[in-house]
Amino acid sequence: MDRIPILRMGDFLLVTIQVDMHDKLALTLQDDLTTRISDVGAKGVLIDISSLEIVDSFIGRTLANIASMAKVLDAETVVVGMQPAVAITLVELGMSLPGIRTALNVESGMQFLREVTPPNQEADGNQWDNP
Amino acid sequence: MEISGTIRKVETVPIQNASDVVIVRQRVRVWTTEMKFGLVDQTKIVTAASELGRNTLEHGGGGSLELAWLVNGTRTGIRLCFSDRGPGIADIKQALTDGYTSGQGMGLGLGGSKRLMNEFDIQSEPGAGTTVTAIRWK
Repeated sequence: MDRIPILRMGDFLLVTIQVDMHDKLALTLQDDLTTRISDVGAKGVLIDISSLEIVDSFIGRTLANIASMAKVLDAETVVVGMQPAVAITLVELGMSLPGIRTALNVESGMQFLREVTPPNQEADGNQWDNP
Repeated sequence: MEISGTIRKVETVPIQNASDVVIVRQRVRVWTTEMKFGLVDQTKIVTAASELGRNTLEHGGGGSLELAWLVNGTRTGIRLCFSDRGPGIADIKQALTDGYTSGQGMGLGLGGSKRLMNEFDIQSEPGAGTTVTAIRWK
């Protein structure tokens, strides 16, 4: 079955959507991401949509759902890399994605996540230096 | 909807499952590229096709999309005609209202696609199906 890979980097989960998602694939991503957030105790989720040529109401709603579910699981979500034509179309469609934090690119998205999430005490650790 | 002008090319795409909605998007993208629509217009047309294609599948129980390349004097346009043999829409005005949904969606599909296209028409008869026709001129 098709799946979109989820990468873990420290406290954060990274997802790059590179295929034209059918609806079930979007729902699978939503389920996989919420499960992973809870499994690894992730503090942030970055979703890169720079390869997406369209975001319709279904994908927009899925992104909003992911952000809400992540929030309930104590993780922040940032959606990065939206193409200008996609942004224009989304707003005309009537979807301004309220509640979704966006950033222009991966770098500023990561910077946002680092700023809003407190460092994980356990992973922060000097425990190896001072056993 | 009255169509003045001539039809240069036609293609029919079946819509029977979720993967077909992806194929609808891809075919509309190929057409709008070939017709030399700008990138923003292409994105709007493909997005509208995605919304309407999903409606055909989810609410109409499947159907088809007929793409047509219209030529009207110096103008060219793309016509998307989605038809199904589903339960039909009892109250079209209500269905076009943003936020109204009969399913679990956000209720932006029909009204939103209407805004993304230049001409928009819904023919529906309860029990007999629905045909949505949308045109975008270049």
